Amino acid sequence: MGILSILILVPILGAIVLALLPADNQLARRVSFGFAGVAFALSLAVLAQFKSNTFHLQLQERFVWVADLGIRYHVGVDGLSIWLVVLTTLLTLISLAYGFYVNVRTKSFLALILVLEAAMLGSFLSLDLISFFTFFEATLIPMWLLVNNWGGEKRNAAANKFLIYTFGGSIFMLVGMVAISAQMHHLVNVSDYDLVDLQNVAAAGTLWKGNLQLETWVFWAFAIAFLVKTPAFPFHTWIADTYAEAPIVGPILSSAMVKLGTFGLLRFVLPLFPEVVQTQAPILMGLAVVSILYGAIVAAVQTDLRRLLAYSSLSHMGFILLGIFSLSFTGIVGGSYQQINHGVTTSALFLLVGFLFVRRGTTEFSALGGLKSQMPVFAALFLLSMLASVGLPGTNGFVGEFMALLGTFESGYAGQFGLNAGYAAAAGVGVILAAAYLLYMFQQIFYGPNANPLNLRLKDLKPWEVSVVSLLVVLILWGGLYPSTFTKPMEASAQAARLMAINPVGSRPVWGDPSLEIDVEGSQPDRGALVKVDEKREIGQPIKALSVVAPSNIRFVLDHQVSTATASASE
Amino acid sequence: MHQAFQFPVPEIDFATIAPVVFVALAGIVALVTEMFGNGRDKRTTIWVSLIGLGIALVTCVYQLGLSEYTTFNKMVERDAFASGIHIVIILATALTILFSEGYMRDKRIAHGEFYPLILWSATGAMIMSSTESLLVMFVGLEILSISLYVLAGLSRAEEKSEESALKYFLLGGFASGFLLYGIAFVYGATGSLNLVYVNSALAHSHGSSTQLLLFGLGLMLIGLGFKLSLVPFHLWTPDVYQGAPTNVTAYMASVSKIAAFAALSRILIAYAAIHEMWIPALTAIGVLTMTYGNLVALRQTDVKRMLGYSSIANAGYLLVAVIARGAHPAETSTTTIVFYLLGYSLTTIGAFAVLTLATRNGSEGTKFSDLRGLYQRSPAAAIILTLLAASLMGFPGTAGFLGKLFIVKDGLQSGLTLLVVCLAVNSVISVYYYLGLVKAVFAAGDEASELRLSPLKGGVAVACAACAIGVLFVGIFAGPVLSVIGGAH
Repeated sequence: MGILSILILVPILGAIVLALLPADNQLARRVSFGFAGVAFALSLAVLAQFKSNTFHLQLQERFVWVADLGIRYHVGVDGLSIWLVVLTTLLTLISLAYGFYVNVRTKSFLALILVLEAAMLGSFLSLDLISFFTFFEATLIPMWLLVNNWGGEKRNAAANKFLIYTFGGSIFMLVGMVAISAQMHHLVNVSDYDLVDLQNVAAAGTLWKGNLQLETWVFWAFAIAFLVKTPAFPFHTWIADTYAEAPIVGPILSSAMVKLGTFGLLRFVLPLFPEVVQTQAPILMGLAVVSILYGAIVAAVQTDLRRLLAYSSLSHMGFILLGIFSLSFTGIVGGSYQQINHGVTTSALFLLVGFLFVRRGTTEFSALGGLKSQMPVFAALFLLSMLASVGLPGTNGFVGEFMALLGTFESGYAGQFGLNAGYAAAAGVGVILAAAYLLYMFQQIFYGPNANPLNLRLKDLKPWEVSVVSLLVVLILWGGLYPSTFTKPMEASAQAARLMAINPVGSRPVWGDPSLEIDVEGSQPDRGALVKVDEKREIGQPIKALSVVAPSNIRFVLDHQVSTATASASE
Repeated sequence: MHQAFQFPVPEIDFATIAPVVFVALAGIVALVTEMFGNGRDKRTTIWVSLIGLGIALVTCVYQLGLSEYTTFNKMVERDAFASGIHIVIILATALTILFSEGYMRDKRIAHGEFYPLILWSATGAMIMSSTESLLVMFVGLEILSISLYVLAGLSRAEEKSEESALKYFLLGGFASGFLLYGIAFVYGATGSLNLVYVNSALAHSHGSSTQLLLFGLGLMLIGLGFKLSLVPFHLWTPDVYQGAPTNVTAYMASVSKIAAFAALSRILIAYAAIHEMWIPALTAIGVLTMTYGNLVALRQTDVKRMLGYSSIANAGYLLVAVIARGAHPAETSTTTIVFYLLGYSLTTIGAFAVLTLATRNGSEGTKFSDLRGLYQRSPAAAIILTLLAASLMGFPGTAGFLGKLFIVKDGLQSGLTLLVVCLAVNSVISVYYYLGLVKAVFAAGDEASELRLSPLKGGVAVACAACAIGVLFVGIFAGPVLSVIGGAH
């Protein structure tokens, strides 16, 4: 068993151990912290082993799960998932820290957080459609239980809405997955759900040959599942209720979980539906722009801090979508990077909101005001996190949103994929609106008269609280001042995802052929030339290009694929 | 010239029908032990029944490895499908017996005749599912049904139980009439009661006999549709399910459907040559069954009725697989149907078993509100019910998910896109009422719930645990399960 499987198993093991422990809150907290800490350390170990100069999937593990159906357990990591894995383990630790404030059924609460962590890690690492779906759906149950049992007043309705929305979106993705597999069955007479195999055939143009209509349907089945999860307009209505009613760890963990939506688009949709992605990009870009503007406008009229942040989240997730479907190198790296940034910023803000909530018991603006002098440290940290959310230069939010907008402008200006510069211009308005509503929010909480007597008793943050938030603030500044730490490992994979979607048949990168590389370091990274390298090269060794490959020279591995698929089916 | 008397003595192979014989014998022995035994202590009877089922189960598993075989003058068919279905029937019967005693004692209807009757009913189901002969199919159906009519009225003091039995009897008898009439048409067209000849008749026939066969199919479909509670032949289901004792309901929802689906599947395969003609009708029935079952289930306040409607919806899901199998027998396999029925039986029987915990001192609570406080009273039961609900919703890692995945796969490969999309939409609708069940279980109880709910122990505990573990095992380690029920390939 490799490191990735261990990484997924550690939190599950932690949850089982917690279930067996006696009901002692202090002990349960320590144990859960221990297991989450181990998971975090393992994710850093994965990061240390990770090679940035290849788009190929690393540390792969593959077992047959259900041979008759061609379902496997297949995990692996690449530039798109590596930082999300680290983000997930980090945010879990932070959520567990917040768990110090939960005294009702603490043990189950902590165990559920660990189960959720395992499910998210599994989703980010899965390379088989069905094992991805399994983990993807597995995130719903712990989240449902968290909201339903530890949430606010209207928790039942919010939890059900969350579950039914996400389940409803994803069930059609399941049908889509089976349709892809049936298509594969049609081609090579074996059911196969393995992303690497499927992408080979998709890149060769045979997966959807003569069946573009089916490709469009299946594309939308996938896209809608991920848009619900992201969420994007018009599939967003669950997010405000969930964020407002969930216990505070809900939004914190959710800020990693919603990345499953945008990550799913990068991981599955771009590689598998190359012909359709380009034609449907304007629709998705339109949804992204509407999400940005609509989220911002609705956020501006909220009277509750948590609801405002929920809509702000909708608006910011729009930028990620915008970057991805600009289908330009800058845009995809920006969108991919913004996933991490949004996770860090949102969880910092919600953590602070949580600290306020345990002190004050409400997050309504009408009950707050003038807290700046009352809680100066809290105000300072809140300001920094908020400015990152606004996208102030020097914070990580600026880099991500700027790159996403720049990418959109590049594609739009070139008139590619039916886009035009209008998308970038409209989305740019969203940045201004973000500044408007976030500053308004800050004003409502921290300025004005500190009139409410209940607020006069509020105490500033405790040292451990400051240290937890500071950790995130450091990441915010690091991401803003030295973004290449985070973007460098993403570049090869982002470029590959892009080329898989936009290149013509014959010059698309394939995961199935390790001798094929993208020349990221070359003179024109944006062109993303494919190079043929020494076949004996281990993944991650420096690329010595043998030749730049002309489209017709690429050997596609479909027939090789058939034999491996048959072999694994008969295992 | 004197002609030698020729009477075709059928070839008889008792080994082939061993599982059926064992179950029937177990029923007879159970009756005898019940007659001579101590009236109150049913343990001997229960053990006799379980051991009989166990022996039959072992025989079935052994038979799975054998190649296809027909005996008794083509009246008994032994193939992987028959053995797989037999296994599911035996498991379902055993699980029902496990949780019955405690429930019937609490409800004060601990009558000993339950055990022989349920075993003979299972015998009928097994006979029905392992034959290509329509006559034997009919006999099997009657053995199954007549025992069930008695069982449904087991709670003699209760009016609704009597009503349930009478309704089931009248409508069931009516349905049998349809089935028999259909069989008569098939006989008229082919001169045989065996489905094997339907195929050749369709291949070489002139228009008239095809018409006869089609008419026969329609009538048989109505007859089996009653048993399967397909919409629009479902009207008896909620009342009968609600009125019958809960253990009998669990048995009806699983075993009688298993047998009827096996029979329907065999009939449709025989009619594969003209599948264009029956697919539209069955598609309409399928869409109606799924949608109606789920929409009405949304509004129920009684768990038994809700599970009744849920079983209607599930019959609709499985119908998709049966249609795909009937239309393209060469490209699909029987594993989908057997696998789904296995998962469904485990889940449904488990859910009914948990529901019986709300029975005390002769009265039985079946409303959602009667389950409130179950989590405090017995956390294990609540968690098991949650797991079973997850399987009914189709969450990955449970048997229900893989079952649906198989159906979707078969459906898409056979071009039944409309039905598959309908299945997906309905899965989403169903989440809502299953969540309601989970919510009720975890809701805070009051002092009354302490008195109302029995603790989880004895046979009920074994049955619930077996269902939960089974649902997870089948869902996670599907490979070994599939290779067993797939038979010799």
